[in-house]
Amino acid sequence: MDKATCFHCGDICNSERITYNDKLFCCNGCKTVYEIFSENDLTCYYDFQNAPGAVPKEIEGKYDFLSQENIIEKLTEFNEGKIQVATLYIPHIHCSSCIWILENLSKLNANITASQVNFDKKNVRVTYNSEALTLKDVVLLLSSIGYEPYISLDDFKTGKEHINRSLIYKLGIAGFAFGNVMFLSFPEYFEVGEFWLEKYKHLFRWIMFAFSLPVVFYAGQDYFISAYKGLRSKLLNIDVPIALGIAVLFIRSTVEIIFDLGSGFFDSLTGLVFFLLLGKFFQQKTYSFLSFERDYKSYFPIAITKISEGKETPIQVYDIEKGDRLLIRNEELIPVDGILINGKARIDYSFVTGESETISKTSGDKLFAGGKQTSGVIEMEALKSVEQSYLTQLWSNDVFSKNKEEGFTTLTNAISKRFTIAVLGIAILATSYWLVVDSSKAMNVFTAVLIIACPCAIALSAPFTFGNLLRIFGKLKFYVKNASVIEQLSHINTIIFDKTGTITSNRKSTATYEGDSLSNSEEILLKNTLRGSNHPLSRKLYDILDSNNIISLNHFEEHLGQGIEASHEQDYIKIGSASFVGATETQLLNTTVHISTNNKYKGKFTFYNSYRKGISKLFNKLKKHYDLVILSGDNEGELENLKKLLPSKTKLIFNQKPEDKLEYIKYHQTEGAKVLMVGDGLNDAGALAQSNVGIAISENVNVFSPACDAILDATKFNKLYQFIKASKSAIKIIKWSFILSFIYNIIGLYFAVTGQLAPVIAAILMPLSSISIVVFTTIATNLIGRKLE
Amino acid sequence: MSVIYILLSISIIVAVIFFIAFIYAVKNGQYDDSYTPSVRMLFDDELVKEQPKKTIIKPKKTN
Repeated sequence: MDKATCFHCGDICNSERITYNDKLFCCNGCKTVYEIFSENDLTCYYDFQNAPGAVPKEIEGKYDFLSQENIIEKLTEFNEGKIQVATLYIPHIHCSSCIWILENLSKLNANITASQVNFDKKNVRVTYNSEALTLKDVVLLLSSIGYEPYISLDDFKTGKEHINRSLIYKLGIAGFAFGNVMFLSFPEYFEVGEFWLEKYKHLFRWIMFAFSLPVVFYAGQDYFISAYKGLRSKLLNIDVPIALGIAVLFIRSTVEIIFDLGSGFFDSLTGLVFFLLLGKFFQQKTYSFLSFERDYKSYFPIAITKISEGKETPIQVYDIEKGDRLLIRNEELIPVDGILINGKARIDYSFVTGESETISKTSGDKLFAGGKQTSGVIEMEALKSVEQSYLTQLWSNDVFSKNKEEGFTTLTNAISKRFTIAVLGIAILATSYWLVVDSSKAMNVFTAVLIIACPCAIALSAPFTFGNLLRIFGKLKFYVKNASVIEQLSHINTIIFDKTGTITSNRKSTATYEGDSLSNSEEILLKNTLRGSNHPLSRKLYDILDSNNIISLNHFEEHLGQGIEASHEQDYIKIGSASFVGATETQLLNTTVHISTNNKYKGKFTFYNSYRKGISKLFNKLKKHYDLVILSGDNEGELENLKKLLPSKTKLIFNQKPEDKLEYIKYHQTEGAKVLMVGDGLNDAGALAQSNVGIAISENVNVFSPACDAILDATKFNKLYQFIKASKSAIKIIKWSFILSFIYNIIGLYFAVTGQLAPVIAAILMPLSSISIVVFTTIATNLIGRKLE
Repeated sequence: MSVIYILLSISIIVAVIFFIAFIYAVKNGQYDDSYTPSVRMLFDDELVKEQPKKTIIKPKKTN
């Protein structure tokens, strides 16, 4: 079979091949999308990028809830008269073709007046005529062209999003004032004593004073607030000496110009605040398309179908009451705990437990919230409301409301404590010396020490180092929430891994065959029988087996929960569970699929997890520096395999429920362990929150990962050690830049203590130290980044 | 009155105008999405090329 790819989605065309307009498509869905585009002259879509599309999914009935008024009200940001505006999150947005087609939606439906894409956030803002087109129509239109929006319970709660732009305003004001004050103070740097300068310098000084007002009282207010908070909780954080420096600069400068003692330090003051804010801005690298705060709400649907008196009505998930009859369609998530009433349930609990195999349930069995129905329609009765369900209760645990950054002393704050004490000591010593020698200079020296020792360079070291490293990590698909995570990462001494989905790959699994070997014709029959089945195990096995000729089967029957039987010419095959095929049942922890042909038992396929590439190597590297633990929600079926694969001192613990994982980490933290938790599913959410650093592994970063501190792309999993090492180097860089800024401080202090600090020296020294720190940290982190690649 | 007052007030007024323009731009969300506009501006040519060809926009009812 050659590897022809679909013109629309780029997948390899396997069994089905459709040729239309000389173009090859892998399925009818892709062809339909192409047809829609070509009919509307939108084939430009395929010019920007090769095969940009996605296969449209079956969505029948899925969006019926969108016709409800109160749900529309919540989802639209503007809803008045004929016009509605809705912002929809579309995970598939990934290239310029996507932007182009989504911004030309008006060509597909004239009732859409405008649509605007935000690529970073992967959303599209659609404006449409609500009399002719409903929100449901818009969603269906998007789905039909392969851009299915993702609507979850999260959209329901947050409502209108508020963007905090205050840092940009503050930065703008500080930069604006800095530039103007620089110009105004320039003439006085040379102290030429010219006639016109003498005449107008008072005017210049008062204008500088006016410019510095918003800088001190608006742009710099965060430093005063933070310093006040720090002092109140008896903490000398870095903002204390900064706030002190700003205050002294402002007061001394004002006193100087009032009594005509000098020109003041307004240039240094505005420059200081501007550089500090610049550091803050740089550190604030955000990945707008990722969310680190997700809980179950991002996974849950907004509405579900309720059956009452034979009628199906969509209701909001929060409105589900005990005793309600609910209809769960294929691929829908069960929102509450309940009892199965009708239909064959095959529930995928991978969200909850991490266990990837589906579980069959029959009428009367209990179903838990968070499971995904994977075969057909079922009816269930709710036993609890959403908030009281087993899964959602995990979120009422304290760890989720705790802020990890509290109680963690950053390197900067640790050093600022000693620094502040030292600076105050020097200031008092120098002042008392001058009080004896020349008391007129004492006050001058005291303020000069506080001004020049303002730890601008120290405060900038960490933001620029971490900020740059965040960007470098981001390029390498390791998305870190904020700078303090990098610092915490460098301190860890224990690494705990989840098994399923974390060290194993979800996509691939391996199977081994035991039993009599199959003849060629039997193999062909097996493969073709599997082709017809949609059961996850059949799909897996089908992907593992070599491809064969396609034959048509005479007979094919699927028995839900048991297996498949099929025949071709004289051959007859049965695939499925041991009892179905007629094999003796053996107690095995691994998943098996048994096969018999012509009523003769042949053998079985046993599935094993397939571990991520480079896992042994990674563990062997890590074992030298860290305690390694594997906490799995699974049974012990993989114990032997793991023992072979991983270094012997790795602890392997199985059958761990989500709370057990959380407690395990908590216990070890009280014993002094700094824990890095690496997990993937909702079942790890508690552990990720409890750990010092929680990293979520994701096969596709656009899909959902639980709340965590960092998201690591699965393909980069084997680089974990390098990332930890890089964060350690970052700490070293910061320490070096501390030394560098101390040197500047000592030079400055010499001028200050000897009472000869002129404004021009401060104006040179302060930016010079800041800029050299920025240059040093940027170059050093880029060198680390180069090593990472 | 000395010319310097006029010059000073003009220079400050000009600076303040630019400053207001900056605040206005931030407020309108110009800095919220810094990537999409750079792609969007490259599309215009394709649209112009296509427009003469089709006169009627077919409101296609999908689904």
